[in-house]
Amino acid sequence: MFGNLTIDAFKHDAIENAAGLSMFLALFAIIALLFYYKRWTWLWKEWITSVDHKKIGVMYLVVSFVMLFKGIFDAVMIRAQQATSIGDSFGYLTATHFQQLFTAHGTTMIFFVGMGVVFGLINIILPLQIGARDVAFPFLNSLSFWLFASGALFIMVSLVVGNFSATGWVAYPPLSGIQYSPGVGVDYWLWSVQISGLGSLLSGINFMVTIFKMRCPGMTLMKMPIFVWSVLNSMILVVFAFPILTATIGMLSFDRLLGMHFFTSDFGGNPMMYINLIWAWGHPEVYILILPAFGVFSEVVSTFSKKRLFGYTSMVWALVAITFLSFIVWLHHFFTMGAGANVNAFFGIMTMLIAIPTGVKIFNWLFTNYEGRIQFTTPMLWFLGFVFIFTAGGMTGVLMSLAPADFQVHNSLFLVAHFHSMIIGGVVFGFFSGFTYWFPKITGFKLNERLGKYAFWFWIIGFVLAFFPLYALGLMGATRRLDHYEAGLGWTPLFIVAAIGAVFVSIGVGFQFLQIIWSIKHRKVNRDSTGDPWHGRTLEWATASPPPFYNFAFVPKVHERDAFWAMKQAEEQKAKQVHYKDIHMPKNTAAGFYIGALSFVFGFAMVWAIWWLAGISFLGMLICTIIRLSSDNTDYYVSAEEVKEIESTTSYRKGFTWQST
Amino acid sequence: MAEHIVSPHSHHHDDSHITSSKTIFGFWLYLMTDCILFATIFAAYIVLKHGTFGGPSAGEALNLRSSLNETLVLLVSSFVCGLAQVAALREDKRKTQAALILAFLLGGLFLWMLMNDLTLLVQGGNGWQRSAFLSAYFTLVGTHLMHIVAGLLWMVVLVLQILYRGLTIPTHRRLLCLRLFWHFLNIVWIFIFTIVYLWGSL
Amino acid sequence: MKTNLRSTKPHEWAELGTFKSYFFGFLLSCILTVLAYFIVANHVFTGTAIIVTTLACALVQMLVQFIYFLHLGKESAPRWNIIVFLFMLLVMVILVFGSLWIMHHLNYQMMLPEEMEMHMHTHEGI
Repeated sequence: MFGNLTIDAFKHDAIENAAGLSMFLALFAIIALLFYYKRWTWLWKEWITSVDHKKIGVMYLVVSFVMLFKGIFDAVMIRAQQATSIGDSFGYLTATHFQQLFTAHGTTMIFFVGMGVVFGLINIILPLQIGARDVAFPFLNSLSFWLFASGALFIMVSLVVGNFSATGWVAYPPLSGIQYSPGVGVDYWLWSVQISGLGSLLSGINFMVTIFKMRCPGMTLMKMPIFVWSVLNSMILVVFAFPILTATIGMLSFDRLLGMHFFTSDFGGNPMMYINLIWAWGHPEVYILILPAFGVFSEVVSTFSKKRLFGYTSMVWALVAITFLSFIVWLHHFFTMGAGANVNAFFGIMTMLIAIPTGVKIFNWLFTNYEGRIQFTTPMLWFLGFVFIFTAGGMTGVLMSLAPADFQVHNSLFLVAHFHSMIIGGVVFGFFSGFTYWFPKITGFKLNERLGKYAFWFWIIGFVLAFFPLYALGLMGATRRLDHYEAGLGWTPLFIVAAIGAVFVSIGVGFQFLQIIWSIKHRKVNRDSTGDPWHGRTLEWATASPPPFYNFAFVPKVHERDAFWAMKQAEEQKAKQVHYKDIHMPKNTAAGFYIGALSFVFGFAMVWAIWWLAGISFLGMLICTIIRLSSDNTDYYVSAEEVKEIESTTSYRKGFTWQST
Repeated sequence: MAEHIVSPHSHHHDDSHITSSKTIFGFWLYLMTDCILFATIFAAYIVLKHGTFGGPSAGEALNLRSSLNETLVLLVSSFVCGLAQVAALREDKRKTQAALILAFLLGGLFLWMLMNDLTLLVQGGNGWQRSAFLSAYFTLVGTHLMHIVAGLLWMVVLVLQILYRGLTIPTHRRLLCLRLFWHFLNIVWIFIFTIVYLWGSL
Repeated sequence: MKTNLRSTKPHEWAELGTFKSYFFGFLLSCILTVLAYFIVANHVFTGTAIIVTTLACALVQMLVQFIYFLHLGKESAPRWNIIVFLFMLLVMVILVFGSLWIMHHLNYQMMLPEEMEMHMHTHEGI
């Protein structure tokens, strides 16, 4: 009746029990609040069934923040273990629990924080920057979000029911095969990644079509904001790399579920093929994460230097070069697997090459700064922090691109420090910069600057304390993922410093949390009534803060780059007698939520071999999909009168209005 | 989305061609992702095809003659699907439905023939658990098969839609996408036929 | 219900095909399929030649179907469909041939001693 699900699945050690309990308490608190404030209908109508890209983006960010909290908690626990588990002491975690921790940490951070914040920001800003009213496929957008949320839920549920995977976030076979991991952990991982991966793929298609087909008149490709270019390149990577992930972990699933032999060590299988394929996806994946962050910096640096971005064309070509090159470097993740000198040399050289366009971008940002009127706002501080950390980490990457050097440091803490420098210094700092920058656009008020700066300083000092010792440890021979090591190696002081660093980072996160609460409380003081609080250059600042649900009453007509800046300079401010038109908008729908929810039930049933439930939920997904895709009644028109009513109560810059098309 | 003052649709028909343009390009992009999906499985097949672990190799396990028949059946089905498009362009509802039903039957025949071959293999003890080669073979052919099943289901739904709603702009668009999908599956099968069956028998 | 499709059809698919184009494509595809089968079933060539000819048949048939069934290349600018298709082909070639190259080398370098004995015996004449 319940497949393999027995009461034993609910038995955990004290720490896991505490984690599960706190999760439930948080959930109950939220449900209680919803009942108390009678907000269920509001939640359903305004958020769950919304197809508005701005709302979907916010929901992505909310889920990502929750997962960030979990991921950092995992990290603090790892640091605490490694600072105390020396010689005769074995710390406070069992080896198995430790393995689950670093697996969950990696999976959470890459898939549900990294991808989540990237898709969240893109969702909110992309249509606004190209003068569009939504993305190309609003329903698909909603579905992508709910598939993402479903994927995240697997990781949370695995805390309480069963266990999570203990194979590392990339799940190498044979360890991840059914023989060596017979439990449900790897299955949780597989369904989490497969379902959210489908959501990512659909978003990749969605955003690509949006950029190709929905730019406002006059916005040619070479007039788009660089953020849009970075999104386009990132989504090209998504579209062409994610199918590799789908197929590869699909084959691993077949090995586990159906007794196939793709990656087993016997029966003719070849585990090395998994590693080859998973990194053919895995390398483009990290560029998927970093390119939008680069795009954010292009916007932030230009705005807070009060200067046009230096070298627009070279920035575009750098993005394109990085996109292409990211498909031909993947072997650098397994130099030591033994392909030999010729193969290693080719991929090593390609890896070195990719540093060049990246360097071009960094120089262009710095040249934008040069002789600009720099404002050291929080977003700008995150950029400066990025320059330091990402460049240093990038150089260690070039070091490791030499196969002989990599043989010394592969899978050591040196590697761990490298990729954290890239992802935290690059993606996370880029996200924080963009989040602070665009926060007033989404909410209508600015974030508190002082608390933002405290957060930044705790983060960057914390990062240096937490990860620079790891470079040293790696060179001293410390392997990654160790839950215990011998005394007398001289490693302990460095691990203790790293643990302190983790605490600093947590304080930084605490300040960010405080910043949001404080800013909400004092939102009237920080209100953005013009829609353009930073004197921005791009079209999103031409809308009110927050924008009306249809974004633009009139589709803008654009003549050059930094379109909004140009409009402001041209002083198109004479209030004209405007004739509002009907606006074509998509209807809300629950279909995305239903399919997403059913995907969770399906995955859960597959994990626990509850076949009848899997069958029913799969059928349910199929029926919902067919009904939705057969519907001809998915849009409506907002009448001109209503647009006029909304516009009359919306505040823009004084006297600014649209030149109607 | 509270109550809105909704306006009549009469003067809004020009938005449908924008919708079609986006949908068709989006669907084309999806087909490109499916190409990469199949390419990955193909790569795994080629790498693992010698992993027979004492079991039969491609030449021993696979029926070349049968695969030729299946290839030709699917080809005819693909052609007939094209005829459905031609009929639809001429606004001929009945011919469109007839062509779709014929394409469905031929697709079903392909399915039946292939399932026969696969069942024979399994019954002979050469199922997907026997070796890496057979795992890869069953997965490659099986993935294609699952896509065919989806296509057949799509044909049924579309025929019903045309029956009840006629040849509207949305049904035209869905027919076009279905046709793209069906042709694409035929092209993938050409490569399965060549790489798995033809080369397997060498 | 007449919809007057021609005035509202999407820009990219201007020429959705005539009976003649589908029939011609179908005929060519049949010929190429049977030809490839014939070459293999009757061992017309051997070794590399047979791989090349059958692959050529497949690629030509793919092209025929792309042109006559899928009407690739017949849309008006901007030709995003073709560009996206070509990039997909590039990624596919990199993925498949890259994987084959890598796996070939890995398999060679990572053989067990017994397997290496056999390999040297059969392939390297030792």
